[in-house]
Amino acid sequence: MEISAFLAFKEIWRNRGRFLLVALVIALITLLVLFIAALGEGLGNGNREYLSKLDAQLIAFQSKSDTLIGASRLDRDRLASIARVSGVADAGMLGASNANLILPDQEEPLKVALLGVEPGHTGEPPVVQGRQLGTKLSNEVIIDRNTALRSGLALGDTLEMRVTQGTRDEYYKLRVVGISGGQQYSLQPSIFVPFFTWDKVRPKSEAEINSSDPIANIILIKLDDPAQVDVVRQRILSQVNNIEVATISETIQALPGYSAQQSTLNTQGGFTLFIGLLVIGGFFQIQILQKVAQIGVLKAIGTTNKVVAATFIIQIFMITVIGVLIGSLLTFLFSLTFPPTIPIVFNGTTSAIAIVALLLIGPLGGLVSIRYAVRIEPLKALGLSS
Amino acid sequence: MNAQTQTQFAIETRVVVKTYPSDFGDIQAVDGVSLHVRPGEFVALVGPSGSGKTTMLSILAALLKPTAGEIYLDGQNVHDLSENDLVTLRREKIGFTFQANNLVPYLTAVENVELMLRLNDKLDKAGKLRARELLARLGLGERLNNLTGQLSGGQQQRVAIARALIHNPSLVLADEPTASLDTERAYQVVETFAGLIHEQQRAGIMVTHDLRMCEFVDRVLQMRDGKLVKEYTNKASIMKMVRGRAAD
Repeated sequence: MEISAFLAFKEIWRNRGRFLLVALVIALITLLVLFIAALGEGLGNGNREYLSKLDAQLIAFQSKSDTLIGASRLDRDRLASIARVSGVADAGMLGASNANLILPDQEEPLKVALLGVEPGHTGEPPVVQGRQLGTKLSNEVIIDRNTALRSGLALGDTLEMRVTQGTRDEYYKLRVVGISGGQQYSLQPSIFVPFFTWDKVRPKSEAEINSSDPIANIILIKLDDPAQVDVVRQRILSQVNNIEVATISETIQALPGYSAQQSTLNTQGGFTLFIGLLVIGGFFQIQILQKVAQIGVLKAIGTTNKVVAATFIIQIFMITVIGVLIGSLLTFLFSLTFPPTIPIVFNGTTSAIAIVALLLIGPLGGLVSIRYAVRIEPLKALGLSS
Repeated sequence: MNAQTQTQFAIETRVVVKTYPSDFGDIQAVDGVSLHVRPGEFVALVGPSGSGKTTMLSILAALLKPTAGEIYLDGQNVHDLSENDLVTLRREKIGFTFQANNLVPYLTAVENVELMLRLNDKLDKAGKLRARELLARLGLGERLNNLTGQLSGGQQQRVAIARALIHNPSLVLADEPTASLDTERAYQVVETFAGLIHEQQRAGIMVTHDLRMCEFVDRVLQMRDGKLVKEYTNKASIMKMVRGRAAD
């Protein structure tokens, strides 16, 4: 091992220009892989952030809505029925729509997800600044961190919102009472209003304007025991008519375009890793082809195959580690220059998985060349073959 | 025959045969060669191209298994050894210099010499000192830390000689050590090589096509068509052969 490390280090150090070039190629692959992973995480997060942070385990949808939030319509009777089911700790209605925030210092309105939640019930996001929503009908709003960043709105400000109701544009003013953490919904920053306020200010068709029954999209269900998801789900389905119930993760997977988007980005990441595998494998294979006679000499003078293989493994690993370190540093520096509108999120787990995968592609890519090196006959030193 | 025998020879071969199969029948590269070399004796293996001398050297170096025959190195029958044991044997008991690509290019002169000690796990202070002294004796005292690319062909061969001798092997093998050198440097290299083999009491075998280099050896073995056809055993006959061939 000591001799392998010695030979590996000496060769890298004395040919540092060449090896640095390969390390830079690995660094660029790292940059690409980490950005694709961060983009995947950012886009995924933008889609699912509100749902994944919910303090709920099940979501009730209108039956035959295919667990699509936008396709589901549920009235308050269902809420009362679900809340009565044994094992349900809390239930809250959620209405989801869109709105445009009119910002005095920006030409373009800011498009946000307008979410109606029940104050004090599951669905209302916890605030990190200010307070939770007050009464059910108040003209109060909680804005998420992304809305605050992109609009410049602060606690106590009054936001102006434009929605289309029927054929007319209506303007509503709401007072910001709380700021939550990131709670993006459908890749949009979010604002949360009491459910009855939502029903008043949300975009409506002409037919809906005069309707007095507030209709939500879904009902968020918090369980007494989160481990009893399947049991309680069956219980709800048997006791409440015309609904279907999904878990949070099932709902996320059913979000329009979510699975396709994630699998596209995962495929891109996978292909980038594969290209990295070929690049590293190719480089070390060429390097070994150039050193056949030299390896032959080393073997002729008594270097074992184990030492030859370990030398290459150490070399490949060192170059890969250097490349991945440079790439990670470059990724970090680049990420500082990106505006918050670009959905890039460096999640610790995702980045760690990407980095481990990148560290593995070096040794994997080099496997063929290591095998080739081990099979070189020492007779090559004498220009012979057996 | 016991694996370990008492012998006065550093290396001995008995009726060694090496056959290669080919489309036109078997080719006998080495045909019943028996030879021996004593410690402190420097022998040249000569012959025309295709005479089997490099194949014989490969067999002596334990790089190639003979089809038949026996080889004893320090009295040990090489034939009985496993592949791993052969690697150990080469590392511990044999020193090599090759025609080209002799040295590890990313190591300095002294690191190349020390490499043999590292491989044998014997690189201590004394070993490091011995490597420097040996290189200094070979006229490379000022070139210890030069990479091989910064050395001339003659200097590289001298580093290879130092590497071949540093670990005190029983047998030192040289494959055309002067092939890439001009006459003056070739004489210098072989003279130094011969001097160290005699002084350190190693058995040396040099394969060469340049008969002028035989001036410095104690015995010349001539091969043709895989067979040992002639042996020159004293200085006078060697010099006569060298001069006669030079006159040709």
